[in-house]
Amino acid sequence: MKLMSRLFGAAAFAALSSTALPAFADGGTLVIASTQVPRHLNGAVQSGIATAVPSTQIFASPLRYDENWEPQPYLAKSWDVSEDGLTVTLNLVDNATFHDGEAVTSEDVAYSIMTTKANHPFKSMFAPVESIDTPDAQTVVINLSSPHPALLLALSPALAPVLPKHVFDDGQDIKSHPMNATPVGSGPFMLEEFKPGEAIVLKKNPNFFLEGRPKLDEIIVRIIKDPSALLIAMENGEADMYPFMAGSQEIRRLEKADHLTVTADGYAAVGPINWLAFNTASPKLSDVRVRQAIAYAVDRDFITKALHRGVSSPQRGPIIEGSPFFDASIPAYDTDLDKAKALMTEAGFADGMELTIDYIPGPKEQQQSIAEYMKSQLKKIGIDVTVRAAPDFPTWAGRVGGHDFELSMDIVFNWGDPVIGVHRTYLSNNIRQGVIWSNTQQYANDKVDSLLNAAAVEIDPEKRKALYSEFQQIVATDLPVYWINALPYHTAYDAKLQNVPTGIWGSMHPLDMVSWGE
Amino acid sequence: MTASFLIRRIGYGLLLMLGVVVLNFLLIRLAPGDPAVVIAGEMGGATEEMLESIREEYGLNKPLVVQLGIYVGNVLTGNLGDSFFFNQPVATLIAQRILPTILLVVTAQVLSIAIGVFLGVIAARKPNGVMSAFVSVFATIGYAVPVFWTGIMLIILFASVLPIFPVEGMQSVKLRDAGVFVQILDILHHLILPAFTLAIIYLAQYARLSRASMLEVLGSDYIRTAKAKGASQRSILFKHALRNAALPILTVAGLQFGNLISGALLVETVFNWPGMGRLAFDSILRRDYPTIMGVLFFASAMVVIANILTDMSYRLADPRLRGKG
Repeated sequence: MKLMSRLFGAAAFAALSSTALPAFADGGTLVIASTQVPRHLNGAVQSGIATAVPSTQIFASPLRYDENWEPQPYLAKSWDVSEDGLTVTLNLVDNATFHDGEAVTSEDVAYSIMTTKANHPFKSMFAPVESIDTPDAQTVVINLSSPHPALLLALSPALAPVLPKHVFDDGQDIKSHPMNATPVGSGPFMLEEFKPGEAIVLKKNPNFFLEGRPKLDEIIVRIIKDPSALLIAMENGEADMYPFMAGSQEIRRLEKADHLTVTADGYAAVGPINWLAFNTASPKLSDVRVRQAIAYAVDRDFITKALHRGVSSPQRGPIIEGSPFFDASIPAYDTDLDKAKALMTEAGFADGMELTIDYIPGPKEQQQSIAEYMKSQLKKIGIDVTVRAAPDFPTWAGRVGGHDFELSMDIVFNWGDPVIGVHRTYLSNNIRQGVIWSNTQQYANDKVDSLLNAAAVEIDPEKRKALYSEFQQIVATDLPVYWINALPYHTAYDAKLQNVPTGIWGSMHPLDMVSWGE
Repeated sequence: MTASFLIRRIGYGLLLMLGVVVLNFLLIRLAPGDPAVVIAGEMGGATEEMLESIREEYGLNKPLVVQLGIYVGNVLTGNLGDSFFFNQPVATLIAQRILPTILLVVTAQVLSIAIGVFLGVIAARKPNGVMSAFVSVFATIGYAVPVFWTGIMLIILFASVLPIFPVEGMQSVKLRDAGVFVQILDILHHLILPAFTLAIIYLAQYARLSRASMLEVLGSDYIRTAKAKGASQRSILFKHALRNAALPILTVAGLQFGNLISGALLVETVFNWPGMGRLAFDSILRRDYPTIMGVLFFASAMVVIANILTDMSYRLADPRLRGKG
């Protein structure tokens, strides 16, 4: 026993001491910790953070975005939108190559956009793209059926990876293409190893077309599904960066670690909204006054300040409050129990009613705790709420997608432009039985439909903003959804790391400037 | 005689495996939830057409009996299918994880037998002594405490409060390029907490079992004879008594192997150990049918093999059993 413990102790300390790495100016390894498991690494056919973080390192894209929502050159050194908004021309750099040595040409860009259009779940991103011309190897001409102001944002790394046509265009279904697990791109890092559900190892691309980048030698994405284990790994220095951290306890705890910096910057385009959806087809909820009564009964401030320890922020409308399109003048439904009771009486439910609330299986404080708080709060206006937990995602998705729910809590992303992440929830032609994250509220309003359709093609930013303002006023009155709070995404990272991305896409963006400081 | 015994045992084993395959297939389909919705959900929402094409691609729109027939046919030809979630062959996913699971389970098995039997023997020496009481109390606690709780407590104690062990995983990612020796040390370093967590529950059982078994043997005539001959205490305990007391331990060890594998599922989840148990757990949540069935297939194969090996070693250890069917 003694000998054994001595041996183990010696081994433990030997391994432990060798994990302490010296500081690098250039080079070095960045270990990103994540609780999310990517299916594969091809962001052209898969949305979500889990794929986007590695995919934006492996694949370059036509444009990238800074923290002011301004497009910046990437594979396209310049671009031009025609006056009528129907043609977008991209001029590509001439020195970009894929990791296998082949040049990146206009053919690859055209193929990638058309493939993404056909296969990515966000149909609205490239829906108006009719055809793409490639007059020469460096010129891409995108022809649109209608003006499409969301197009430039959709050319971001998180949404429009440029795929090598010579690798993927072989007749196989791209959604299950074997190369999705071992992709070849033209981004700053090349895939070395992908262990599904465990780790992704990325090595520096020595032939990256932006000179002097990337700074790091290696990025390793470690998947640690248990958040508490992940926290300890961050505290112990086993991991260097934890993006998309949303738990208030996690945030408060890592803020206390001396060697870590914690920031909320870098999530403007993600727009993660936690909300309560109403099944407007239910006889109990079809009356807007009942929905408004529920809104008046709930106190957003209690949720953000007490339940979330002040790390999350209230969200009043369908467009994330940090977006340039958000309209702050929409009704906020400040808590007013008398008004709520009066509305219930007006709607003919003076004796109250019974309702069931579902919630997406996820972080307790964003879902279950709020559902339980609502139960106690709604009791005050005569609504007897049953909180119905789902054992797992498929069960919840089956209920909500199948319209078998009354109230349901959910987290839905804006994805930068309202066309991409907002329209889907409110357009009446997107009421689709069995499809999650469609208009499962079954909300239909002709005026809303026409406003959204007009905003989708309006190229004048001011006019577009006005259209979205009107839309927000209407849905904030109709309340197919009661928006609760923005998910408090934070990034924790080793304070020695330099240039951690704080643009609108956070780490769903090339980490080519990140380096280890002294 | 032994050969025919072996052939019969393997034959039973194969039949059992076939039953396991069919049963697993049917059981897993009883769970609510549609894998197509999960896949589409993971992709970020989908249209009806996409859901339909996913069902088509994975054969989920065929009648259940047809799906079962196809699956059994594939398994018989050695094809476990592709994971719905990762789009990779299930065999590849399992190949990446089977060694970590075997490492964990075998280490835990060895630790629990070695330490458990040692404690049991010590306790049996003085049945009413302090050590004996300690073993009894420890065994009761070890058996009663849930394995995931032990794991979390060990993590808090030895990875957070007193950070001498890594909190999760099997290897430190920063040591990927280190020499073989350092890597082995690193894996051992990561192995200690999960292996102990898994071992504790069985360790307690072995301690109790060997204590009881030893007490019985220590009362026999030949032990008295050995004592009369002047054999040393150590020689009596370990040479004369333990060998005879070992038979029930061996039986239990074989039977426990299946439990160890299911225990590994929890331990792997707690410690983020990259083994088959965690793959199974995640796959169940994702309704990734082929992966779940592939893992269960391998897990039951391991149990069947372990049982055959136990039967054989039992025959080796006890000459009286040889020649019996």
